[in-house]
Amino acid sequence: MTSITDTAPVPATRTAAGAPREKRRSPSGLVLTLLAWVVGVLFVLPVLWMALTSLHSEPAAATNPPSIAAPPTLQGYRDFFGAGAGTTPWPSLANSLTASVTSTILVLLLSIPAAYALSIKPVRKWTDVLFFFLSTKMLPVVAGLLPIYLFAQSVGLLDNIWLLVLFYTSMNLPIAVWMMRSFLAEVPVEMLEAASMDGAGLTRTLQSVVAPVVMPGIAATSLICFIFSWNELLFARVLTGTVAQTAPVYLTGFVTSQGLFLAKVCAAAVAVSLPVLIAGFAAQDKLVQGLSLGAVK
Amino acid sequence: MSEPTEPPRGAATSAAVDTSRDRSRAAQSARVSGPLRRSGDWARRAPLLPALIFMIVVTQLPFVATLVISFMDWNAYYPDERGFAGFANFRRVFTDINLRNAVITTIILTAAVVLISLLLGMLIALLLDRKFRGRGAVRTMLIAPFLIVPVAAALVWKHALYNPEYGLLNGALTWIWHLFGADRPPQPDWISSMPLGAVIAALIWQWTPFMMLILLAGLQSRPLDVIEAARIDGASGWEIFRYMTFPHLRRYLELGGLLGSIYVVQNFDHVFTITSGGLGTANLPYTIYQIFYNAHDYGRASAAAVVVVIGTIVIATFALRTVSTLFREESSR
Repeated sequence: MTSITDTAPVPATRTAAGAPREKRRSPSGLVLTLLAWVVGVLFVLPVLWMALTSLHSEPAAATNPPSIAAPPTLQGYRDFFGAGAGTTPWPSLANSLTASVTSTILVLLLSIPAAYALSIKPVRKWTDVLFFFLSTKMLPVVAGLLPIYLFAQSVGLLDNIWLLVLFYTSMNLPIAVWMMRSFLAEVPVEMLEAASMDGAGLTRTLQSVVAPVVMPGIAATSLICFIFSWNELLFARVLTGTVAQTAPVYLTGFVTSQGLFLAKVCAAAVAVSLPVLIAGFAAQDKLVQGLSLGAVK
Repeated sequence: MSEPTEPPRGAATSAAVDTSRDRSRAAQSARVSGPLRRSGDWARRAPLLPALIFMIVVTQLPFVATLVISFMDWNAYYPDERGFAGFANFRRVFTDINLRNAVITTIILTAAVVLISLLLGMLIALLLDRKFRGRGAVRTMLIAPFLIVPVAAALVWKHALYNPEYGLLNGALTWIWHLFGADRPPQPDWISSMPLGAVIAALIWQWTPFMMLILLAGLQSRPLDVIEAARIDGASGWEIFRYMTFPHLRRYLELGGLLGSIYVVQNFDHVFTITSGGLGTANLPYTIYQIFYNAHDYGRASAAAVVVVIGTIVIATFALRTVSTLFREESSR
């Protein structure tokens, strides 16, 4: 994974020579470095503990004080994926994948043309439109829950994964429009003018001028939309049942304790979080830009 | 509702005026005139329409429906008694002790999580804004909590950390006590002794990385030459922070605080998983979910939802104003 390399963006206000701050070898610098490491380890500790416990046997996972050096086993994962009991998480994982991937594709199909109309060839009052999109994101989702449930009930879409696809598309569309707009705005006007002067048509301009600049942006946007859809619980819980339940809904089966099941819970948490961890570290350069809706670069 | 009223609009027009690139684009469009221009306008609007119409249908119509239902007597258990209720649902919302407690819980939960993770996020961002060995690795470790599926994270905190018998917290206490040769280490039951604190701590763990990322981006956009000049002029580290770094960071603190509030106000996963809304931790989204999902009282659930929306508009107005300020600076750069 690329996560180990230092990916903090170097802004233009810094000279190459004077990058962040000169390395200090003073004792106070050493203390600060040590402190940074301690804080980092503290924050990652629950994640590491989750991963370690998922590799322990159930009795070893439930000791006090904790047994760190217990022999590793994959029994927790075997239990989670349905070796012993009758239930298996595979259908819910497949549902999550369908809902996240399909809604992300829909979001891209809708947001890229919209962002184009808000940046490259802006419509009049384009900022108003942009802020309309943002304001929909601030509407608490719980306020729309009931009518969507009643609508789904009346047209027979309850417990149907496509209803979630539609909802996740609307949930992520504002983020994607804002992100894509900020990426498209980075295409230099001069290049567009030069292309049109050389007689390049719309397709040609998009292909050879716009696409190369915005491709990384499209990748980051889709990864962030994927993460948000994959994580969603409230709507999935209300709108789906046994057929269309997603992975987070499946995880709610572990809310009440069931005897010795800690290794299985940790294995479940690792397995369900893995796609998000991969997507998140892949997008970590653009994570801030996406999460702040393009307001921070 | 969600049409932002005046703040963004005022900012919007000035943002459009500020930018030179927009001026050149406006000039482009001004060159075309008359009927050609009108058809050109529609050609410009066309790519926007699918997304716009989709958003209006999927987000605005349900809210209108919620508003209508909030004035109705509608309980799925009593289908015959459906009808107009006037303000009865709202009266019940404001007199219901559970909902009033939920409002207070929501405010405490949101304020605690946002303020503490902002403060931690700022301290960590300051630690990371210097070169040291393994800076990238530390940054990666700090982002990890944000990349755990919220339900999964809440499950791990509930079972693997807070559990009084085999959780890591009590395990660590046993360790430390044994290390000093003492038996009988304290073994508190974290969730029952401080239920709201348990939810808040788990949320702070997930939101601090978010704040840290925004504030680090803010720190790195500081004009370093000015700070260097101040240092040469003999300003102390604290003076530089107090009079230069902090004022610069203020806008990023606002942005992080407001975006964080918008997400944390809506939190459902942690409350549902860690305490199932018990022990005084039920916040508004959880309570509305219960009124609707368990009690099937659609009228009352909708009235509560309308109240939440009105509360959110207050935060959202500030948030939109902050974003539009940043937006204006960004495009005039």
